[in-house]
Amino acid sequence: METLVTILAGVLVTVATYLLLSKSLIRVVIGTAMLTHAAHLLIITVPGLKIGSVPILGEGDAGPVDALPQALILTSIVIGFAVTAVSLVLTYRTYQEIGTDKLDQLRGDQDE
Amino acid sequence: MNNLIAMPMMLPVLTAIILIFLRPYIKIQRTISLIVMIANIGISIYLLQLIQSNGILRLDFGGWEPPFGILFVADSFSVILVLTSSIVTAICLLYAFSSVEKSYEHMFFYSFINLLVAGVNGSFLTGDLFNLFVCFEIMLLASYILIAFGGKKGQLRESIKYVIINVISSWIFLVAIGYLYAVIGSLNLAHLSERIAEHGQTPIITVISIVFLTVFALKAGLFLYFWLPGSYSVPSTVVGALFGALLTKVGIYAMFRFFSLLFYHEPAITHTIIGVLAGLTLVGGSIGAVAYKDIRLVASYNVVIAVGFILVGLAVSTQSSLEGAVYYLVHDMIVKALLFLLVGTMIALTKETKLDQMSGLIRNYPLLGWMFFIVTLSLAGIPPLSGFIGKVLIGGGTLENGSYILLALAFISSIFVLYSLLRVFLSSFWGETIISKDEEIPMKKGLLIPCALLTIGSIALGLGAESLSVYIQDAAQVLVDPQLYIDAVLSSD
Amino acid sequence: MIKHRYRINNVILRTVAKLVSLIILTLAVYLFLAGHHSPGGGFVGGLVLASALVLLLIVFDIETVRKGIPVDFKKVAAFGALLSVGTGFGALIFGENFLSQAFDYFNLPFFGKTELTTVMIFEAGVALVVVGVVVTIILSISEDE
Repeated sequence: METLVTILAGVLVTVATYLLLSKSLIRVVIGTAMLTHAAHLLIITVPGLKIGSVPILGEGDAGPVDALPQALILTSIVIGFAVTAVSLVLTYRTYQEIGTDKLDQLRGDQDE
Repeated sequence: MNNLIAMPMMLPVLTAIILIFLRPYIKIQRTISLIVMIANIGISIYLLQLIQSNGILRLDFGGWEPPFGILFVADSFSVILVLTSSIVTAICLLYAFSSVEKSYEHMFFYSFINLLVAGVNGSFLTGDLFNLFVCFEIMLLASYILIAFGGKKGQLRESIKYVIINVISSWIFLVAIGYLYAVIGSLNLAHLSERIAEHGQTPIITVISIVFLTVFALKAGLFLYFWLPGSYSVPSTVVGALFGALLTKVGIYAMFRFFSLLFYHEPAITHTIIGVLAGLTLVGGSIGAVAYKDIRLVASYNVVIAVGFILVGLAVSTQSSLEGAVYYLVHDMIVKALLFLLVGTMIALTKETKLDQMSGLIRNYPLLGWMFFIVTLSLAGIPPLSGFIGKVLIGGGTLENGSYILLALAFISSIFVLYSLLRVFLSSFWGETIISKDEEIPMKKGLLIPCALLTIGSIALGLGAESLSVYIQDAAQVLVDPQLYIDAVLSSD
Repeated sequence: MIKHRYRINNVILRTVAKLVSLIILTLAVYLFLAGHHSPGGGFVGGLVLASALVLLLIVFDIETVRKGIPVDFKKVAAFGALLSVGTGFGALIFGENFLSQAFDYFNLPFFGKTELTTVMIFEAGVALVVVGVVVTIILSISEDE
């Protein structure tokens, strides 16, 4: 199972890298969001995927799962959500201001 | 347990939220922000005294004891930095009152400044990796927005670059945290340190430490500084000053913590790499500082040089070099804020950004000119100004360690700093006056007073080094002997 | 170019949306309350709640929704954040560590023995932040042409 999820994380990173290297800004933003999710998968996988109960005393017989990676991921998802929101708005503003979402047309002008 | 430790982070957070409700009342917003920063200054001075008498303090959030819960740890190193950042922010706020456009102030400008400070102070105080990541992100999110304030074309372009670079470095940070957790099974810094010391720093841990180094190098601008000059030169003056003073310092702080508390067992690998990177940063920064005519870029490259210089102190890691690095960090926060404020004021007064298009400003604004001169001397490390002692201590440390190349690079870079800033000084303040008395834009007191305060700060830091040395030695002591930190955190009280 | 404004006939969509948004809101409340001991919580609850509002925004136009729900969502987000941070500060009043939480069991009429915690206030704050932020983003992006 760990191997599968690791491969999945790898695929996500590959896709994200492809998106990050593309010229369209909106794709870059999607790429960054995907990159973060690949990291989340990695974090939940590297300490080992376990089956167990909630880490509360007296709940379930199986050993508790490790709650820390989950807490970290939850926080990171929220942060990723915020960052994606900010970068989307930024992209939108750039599109409004400059009239393009192509990265190669964003180069500086002589008059700047 | 001391709830005051959380205040340097939580007060700004609370303020930022309350200010959203006070959107139309700009005067109240200004007053509250300033009061909070002054309260933070008071709290950190009190904490500093408390640490002197009681040792390192900690606060377990929600009463969960380490290593299980999250916590804030206040040792001299972090509190000194919190104190300095509070002072710098308070003074920058004063500058903001008379320089920032009304429309910005209506768009929650002060809320974001408060959040930025919350992130910075949180990063300094946190005692676990988890919160370090969160505080970094709070700081970065606020900076994403502050950098784009105004929405000019250049700003948008640079802020997109800045956001993407930082998202990627945060990603590497997450991956590194995942690796470290997989190998060691804890995220509490003291607990991590203890476990690494017990099991030895195996090659895989060293590799992970290099991943962390990459992250912080990106954030601090150590060698990977390619994004820095562009991003730091586009935002409005106050924001630029805060960035130049605070943001890179957080990355530097994290590197100091990590490579003195966690990964200090293999200095032959990790510290050598830091040394090489610091040397290259000094070279690159020096070239950049003399290569450009845009004075904002010159100031930004000076930030890069300072990063390299401070990390020379970490690379050699002797008691005196660490003391010097702490001292230089404090000095650099104050002086870089001043440098950016002065440069921004010059641009605001002349409406020019290139140094060869300004000249003779000293006739119009003598005080501004002399303050710029003092900054130049202070950054170059001329006694009795604040840069001197840091440079001497770091230099002494490199001599002890026999790292002559780093020593040479560090001091040659000082000459480049002096040259690059003197060039600005000579060409824009000396020479024929281009602004006649009638066209002269009157200097606002609100712009001059903050600069004067920071200049006084720099002079006072140089003259009063003796009285500060107690705290700085204490800070360096913890960096040299991580056991002090571990004992303070893992002891049950 | 002359723009023709078509009035699309979306009676079915509107009728269904009215019904479905109620179901979504119920689910949001369920997820929020379930969050204490099982999967769910303020963040997810808030997201689902926001999705109901977004559905309404898609089906009806912004003006109609704004008339129906005359709230400044930025303020909602800020109020939520204030609530969450406030619980952290609340612990200070009782001389506890920052962010300390308390819980107790109460005998409420109709519900019987119920566990009430201060975490719930915190989570309510989180939910409000999420709703406020999501709707603000959608509104600010969709507002202008």
